[in-house]
Formats: sequence, C-alpha cells, structure tokens
Amino acid sequence: MTLLIGSLTIALILSLLAFGILISFRVVAFEDLTVDGSMTLGGAMAAAMIVRGTHPVVATMCGSLSAAVAGAVTATLHTKFGINRLLSGILVMTGLYSVNLRVMGKSNLPLLSQRTVMDYADALSKNVFHGQSIVHLAGWEASARDLSSLLLMLCVTTTIGGLLFVFFRTNLGLAVQAIGDNSRMIRSLGVNVELMTTLALFVGNGVIGLSGALLAQYQGFADVQMGIGMMVWGIASVILGETLVGTKKIGFLISGAVMGSILFRLLVAIALRWGLNPNDLKLITSAFVFGALVVPRFISRGSRLVRRKQNA
Amino acid sequence: MLEIQDIRKTFFEGTPNEVQALRGVSLSIQRGSFVCVIGTNGSGKSTLLNAVAGAFIVDSGQIELDGTDITHFPEHRRAKLIGRVFQDPFSGTAPSMTIAENLALASRRGQSRGLTWALTPSRRENLRDRVAAMGLNLEDRLNNPIGTLSGGQRQSLTLLMAALVKPSLLLLDEHTAALDPKSADQVIRLTQDIVSRDQLTTLMVTHSMHQAAHLGDRVVMMDKGRVACDISGQEKKRLRPDDLLSRFEDLRRANQLDESAAEMLRSQYV
Repeated sequence: MTLLIGSLTIALILSLLAFGILISFRVVAFEDLTVDGSMTLGGAMAAAMIVRGTHPVVATMCGSLSAAVAGAVTATLHTKFGINRLLSGILVMTGLYSVNLRVMGKSNLPLLSQRTVMDYADALSKNVFHGQSIVHLAGWEASARDLSSLLLMLCVTTTIGGLLFVFFRTNLGLAVQAIGDNSRMIRSLGVNVELMTTLALFVGNGVIGLSGALLAQYQGFADVQMGIGMMVWGIASVILGETLVGTKKIGFLISGAVMGSILFRLLVAIALRWGLNPNDLKLITSAFVFGALVVPRFISRGSRLVRRKQNA
Repeated sequence: MLEIQDIRKTFFEGTPNEVQALRGVSLSIQRGSFVCVIGTNGSGKSTLLNAVAGAFIVDSGQIELDGTDITHFPEHRRAKLIGRVFQDPFSGTAPSMTIAENLALASRRGQSRGLTWALTPSRRENLRDRVAAMGLNLEDRLNNPIGTLSGGQRQSLTLLMAALVKPSLLLLDEHTAALDPKSADQVIRLTQDIVSRDQLTTLMVTHSMHQAAHLGDRVVMMDKGRVACDISGQEKKRLRPDDLLSRFEDLRRANQLDESAAEMLRSQYV
C-alpha cells in the first residue's frame, strides 16, 4: 500500500512534467530538449533557496520561474538566432548542467531537516485525519503522512491542470494552440508566431520546473542528475494519455497526461516489484516510447493490407 | 488604397538558380476595386501577392496600403489590414481545432489576444449566424474539428474567416485551383457575395480565364515579372475568356520573336 501511494504521489508530481511536454511537443510542436536541464534547475533552485532559509513556497515558485526562463532562452535561440530547434535545446540543456552545479554548490543537496512544502502535507494530515498516524482505507492500512502527501499533490496537479485548461480557452491560449496545428494560418491572422512559441516554452518549462522543485522536496534532496531521461518519461506519459483519451481536444489531452503519467508510473512500479533492475529502467522507457510511436503505424498499415486483400 | 511602386524581388541571388521573380511592378488599386491577376506559371503573379502579404520583404520599391507604408512590416503586422485565402484548402484552417475555434481565432485578426474567454456564448451565437448565412449547413457542426470537412467547405470557411474582421485588402491566391468544379463554383459564388456585401478591395490571382473575364472590374496580366497588360473600365466589361487567351498567344509569340531574333543576330554577328 505504501508503495502504491508513493507511486501515485510521484506520478502526480511527474504529471506536471507531462503537462510541460504536452505544451512544447504537442501544442506548439517544438521538440524542446531543455526539459532534462530545466527540471533539474527547478529542483536545484528550490533546494538551494530552502537551504538558505527562504520560505518553501517562494523557493518553489523561484525554481519554476528559473526553469521558465531557461525555456524562453531555448525559444529565443531558435526564433531570434535561427538555430535548429533540437540544437537550441541541447545547448541550453548542456549549459544548465553547469548552472545547476553552481546553484547547488555541489552535486547533491539534502533537504531532510529543512522546512519544505511537504510540511503542508503534515498540516493537512492533522486536519483531515485528526492526528492519526495510521489510516484504514478500504481494509488497507496506510500512513496518514503518505496519504496527505498524495492529497497535496492531487490539489497542486488539479490546480495547474485547471489553470492550463482555462488558459487554452482564452484568445491567447487559442492562438498558442493554433501554432502547432497550422502556423502559416495563424501568422496570416496576425499572430507573432515567434513570440507565442517563446511564451509556450516559458509556460511549459515553468511547469516542468515546478515538477522538479516538488520532486526534490518530496524525495528530500536535489541532485544534478535528477532530470536525466525525464523528457522521455514525459513523452511516454503524454503518448499513453493520448491513447487513453483518443481525441485531440486540449481538455482531454491535459487529463490524459495525468492518466498517462499515473499508468506509466504504476507499470514501472510493478516491473520493479517483479525484479526489474532499476539500471535498466531508462532503456525500457526508451524502448516503450519507440514502441508507442511505431506500433500504431504498423497497426494501420496492417489493417490497410487486410482491407486490400479483402477487396482483391 | 493599395499603392505598389516599382517593387523588385530576386530569389537565390548570385546562384545558378537565380530567379528574377519581380522586375519592377507598379500597381495602383482603388478602394472597392476587384482586381484579377493572371499570367503563366512563373510570371510572378503569386510572388506579387506574397510580396503584398509579407511572405518576404521586397528587394526594392515600396508598398503602401491604406495610407500606411507596409514595405518593411513582417507578415503578422500586415495581417491587421489584410485577409488571405490560400490556394491549398488545408493552409487556411487549423485542422484539429473546431470550426468555432477557428472562427474565434479569425475574429481577432490583427487585434491583441489577451486572457479573455475566446468563445463566450454571445460570440458563439454571433459566429453561428455568420456560418448559417453562408448556406453550407455547417452551423450545427461548430464543435467538429475542421479537419473533418471537405476541401470546398474548408475553403469557404477560410473565406469567411478572412472577411470576418473587415480587411482593407482581401488577397485570394488561386483559391479555387485545388477544388473540384462544383466546389470551385460554390466558393466563387461565395467570394462574389462577400466581396460585394462588404465592398472589399480584392486582389485575386487565378488560372481560370473564365473567372478573370467574369469576375471583378479589372484584369492585370503578368509576364516575366512585369505587368504585361492592364484592362479596366468598359474594356474589361466587354472582355471574354477568348480575348485573354489571344493576348496570351500574342505574348508567347513576342517572347519567341525575342529569342529567334536574338538567335538570328547571333548567327550573323558571332
């Protein structure tokens, strides 16, 4: 049960990452490789500020903001200097590795004895579970602290997802959506595509940075390596989510990203439980994304072949 | 209204592929006038349209629209004054967004887009009326993705979108060329309706001599990056598709004459 709740909590934190990937990869169709760096930057910045005694909420927001700026830098390298999208992302991501080390001062920054946003989970636990340390949930015993962490992350994810949904229903958000769908058309309707792309990457990486900041505080440390492979993880969640909801409507895609993130995290937890070597995890994730990208094409080709045979 | 003065554009300058697409085009179009631009492939008619729309910045010359010098405006700034319909029916609409969302995008052409609700019930009602007025029976499908519609329907909607906020200039780039005859007919009828209702100043590039002869009040024929002839007034009213074809034939002969004459001179003097 503890394992399940822990997995769900991390899945909710990582669904913020999936939101960010959704915005850059899907909504504005920008293959943004900043992710691995900006996620770490979010965590590093928040951790460094918390260690220096900043209020955890302020530190979390600063982590998110710094990651957002990193995303805007990537977009600017592409739109203003004409550097290839992938290369812009790689340049920023690589540069961020040094920045993250500078921010933290060392490669790993523990937060165990610090005040973090997780303290709010404790406060929540006192209110909701009246100070019980063990909660009986449908016949299972669960730690109140774990449950309240889960509840807190559920609130955060729902809020951010809701805000994104509202944003995409506004005139500005609609214009951002149109960029990935038909940039020529939206330019002819008077939208500065370069500026909007920058805005999208700013928002996307901001959400990713928030994810990094929360993850660092949840697991109790920030690490310079914590962002590695996170982009593929996020893509896997987004693809899973798309398959689950089966439409391209933005509201469904946002909720799909959460569902995808949870499902993927559970799959991984089960695989680890069955004795998968954690070192193989990234390879498995990559293979999974490859499969998710290729299999649908094979299926449609297969069904076309079948139809052709039937017609013949 | 639209004042084009001696614009020039060369693509791939200094390479073997150099193309002098516009070699000094001057054109003055009055408010409310409907101009058809015709010409053979490579004559520069689409380039002219793109120069006005801002797909590229001209090498020299000046473009003035509605009293504003737009020569160096980027494309998205010109959109405030210009409504466009592209040749490709898929270029003018965002396929995975709904009809209502596409129209909402168009209803803020050239205006600031803030954090205000895009599709308020009153806006939706208003857009529904505009779609219903087109008579395509699309008003009950406002929440369908536009990608599910046919090319003709999409092109009709693009036309509506281009004119949703009244543009100073409407640019139509062979907007029926990719459609089947029936849809093309429908789109042309819709074009006439919209242009005459809003008295739009229109610049339309077309391949169809029939359209050029029957639509609008002026025909400009392009050849080799220049204006070859410019027909308006009574002469345009009398114009038949055959007259235009014979003018093309004249142009072709003149071009051949140039080449054969040059060949003759070369054989005699070199």
